[in-house]
Amino acid sequence: MLRAGIDIGSRTVALVVLDGLKTVRTALVDTGFNPLGTAREMAALVPPEVAIIATGYGRHAAGAEFARSVVTEIKAHALGVSRLFPEARTVLDIGGQDMKVILLDGRGGVNDFQMNDKCAAGTGKFLEVMAGALGYRSVEDLGRDSLQGNAIIKISSMCTVFAESEAVSLLHRGVARSDVGRALHVSVVERAFGLLQRVGYEAPLVFTGGVAMNPCIVTMLKEKIRGRVIIPENPQLVGALGAALVDCGKDGV
Amino acid sequence: MVNDYRLMWESMGLDLEAHDQLLQALPPLYGEVYLNQQNRPDGMEYFDFVVNEIHGLRIQELQEHKGRGGKVIGTFCVFVPEEIVRAAGGICIGLCSGIEIGAAQAEKVLPRNICPLIKSFMGFKLSRICPYFESCDMVVGETTCDGKKKAFEILNDYVPVHVMEVPQMKREKDRFLWRSEVQDFLARVEESTGNTVTVESLQRSIKEINGKRRVLLRMAGLRKMKPAPISGKDSLLIEQIAMYDDVERFTAKVGELCDELEIRVEEGKGVHEQGAPRIIVTGTPMAIPNWKVPHIIESSGAVIVAEELCTGMRYFENTVPEDGESIEQMVDFIAERYLGINCACFTPNEGRLEKLVQLAAKYEADGIVYCSLAFCDPYLVEANRVEKALKEHGIPLLKIETDYGQEDTGQLKTRIEAFLEMIR
Repeated sequence: MLRAGIDIGSRTVALVVLDGLKTVRTALVDTGFNPLGTAREMAALVPPEVAIIATGYGRHAAGAEFARSVVTEIKAHALGVSRLFPEARTVLDIGGQDMKVILLDGRGGVNDFQMNDKCAAGTGKFLEVMAGALGYRSVEDLGRDSLQGNAIIKISSMCTVFAESEAVSLLHRGVARSDVGRALHVSVVERAFGLLQRVGYEAPLVFTGGVAMNPCIVTMLKEKIRGRVIIPENPQLVGALGAALVDCGKDGV
Repeated sequence: MVNDYRLMWESMGLDLEAHDQLLQALPPLYGEVYLNQQNRPDGMEYFDFVVNEIHGLRIQELQEHKGRGGKVIGTFCVFVPEEIVRAAGGICIGLCSGIEIGAAQAEKVLPRNICPLIKSFMGFKLSRICPYFESCDMVVGETTCDGKKKAFEILNDYVPVHVMEVPQMKREKDRFLWRSEVQDFLARVEESTGNTVTVESLQRSIKEINGKRRVLLRMAGLRKMKPAPISGKDSLLIEQIAMYDDVERFTAKVGELCDELEIRVEEGKGVHEQGAPRIIVTGTPMAIPNWKVPHIIESSGAVIVAEELCTGMRYFENTVPEDGESIEQMVDFIAERYLGINCACFTPNEGRLEKLVQLAAKYEADGIVYCSLAFCDPYLVEANRVEKALKEHGIPLLKIETDYGQEDTGQLKTRIEAFLEMIR
């Protein structure tokens, strides 16, 4: 039986179609300025008789229109990660506009979770804004260059707006942009580590979301927790996978 | 309502344009949060009426009272003994401050990063938008947090403020201090109203305010039932209205509502679907029209069964003994009752931790949502003590820090829904 999950996030919309437990189709596009419209186009890729479960910020809008039911990103990530890595105990998800840490119960459920407050500090958006401020063409370029940066300065502002002006003033002082970039990445990792500690994380840790593809963050995170960080093959699809695994109330794990 | 009361508002010196904007914002919000609810008790009609007339009929009553030479005294805190105001023939009004308003005005005298409640009351006063505030002959402040304490010094430039010193601990010497503060308050109220508090008038007002508390306790008791016969949002509204409505009328109306709720309980009729998660909210006060978090909780399929808040149980949970025979003895009884409030301004505040654990058991709660206003150090820091105590008893807890803005609604909804998924 086919099942589909759609994760409508602030930056990307992801779709996963399952046949039983096997993934038969995936898709990932930029959310753009019309999230529901983008989601609708993605949903059109799924045969009409297949139930779609929605998650992400746009879940309720999708639920009102085409989705059979909705599930939070927290539960979706718990299900998705538990399916991919049954041994996982903790999930760190850093997406476009939020950061969350989920403590897993080992059966696909959630024992506890923490999420950042309303600001964009320490999220994908934060790094995007900073890439622009430092004159990089993309956040990937920023990540690559920052890996080469030296640990000589610290960004103390957590707020995206303040951190941007802090970064700019460092550039004016003559600090190399790779060093500023590095410091910005450190601030994201510090914030993630704070959330991990607040929830009392246990290994193994799985890192999902778009920011999991940033090599600089991953390297620093490994150093920070002094342990292994598991990155799924497609870290942006885990939420949609988890949603597809929610079988109208009956968990698919 | 706008047409009927315009002259009154104008004569009170309100900024009519700004006031119109506020009044226009309220009905759509109230419609969405309140009138859309399913299975509301019929008895809510009165409270809907009170909200509809929020700046109308009740203000007219206050103005008529003032026209007869009566005084209106405003408060910001459940520590201010309303019995005493009433015994001196005054009307005691809880000033709400639950909406972001007049921020630009408020920031002329206050720092930008401060508790939204403090910013709100300053904004209301400085921009002359609240007819309750403008009806007050005196407002009573207290020292329950540093922000309020210092803000009252500023507020005193615009309206006479009497500050009561609420102690930070509950030792004998603190009780002694608080008793003397209540005594001084009585003298100040007598001075302000020009009336003497007599043994008879104080005995009577103690009974009347206890009557209001008892009827709220009765309502709270009915919410222990499964399914809950009334929503948390409606209950919160009643608890908010308790602070400014006419005491006798309010008591009678809540009594009628409770009669209806008793029938509902007998019939097993609830407001939410069977098996809806039962939630207790705790934390900082939720002043009208701050219904944000309760609305998210209840529109996500849960039901709130109790509010361990100042706009909730802390306001009505203990009564004052009614057998006092002298002013002095009654002042002692009153002081003792109010010092029993478990506010986070006290250190330690074990009473609150014990209370929450008891409430979770008595109300068969599935989880507790700790909701604190931004920049409220006492409650934000005390969350750690609460979390520790609840963990020991295996009671799930969700901590939220928010303000009067709506921009975090989506984020809060995700967290609250995930919490409900977790405890279901």
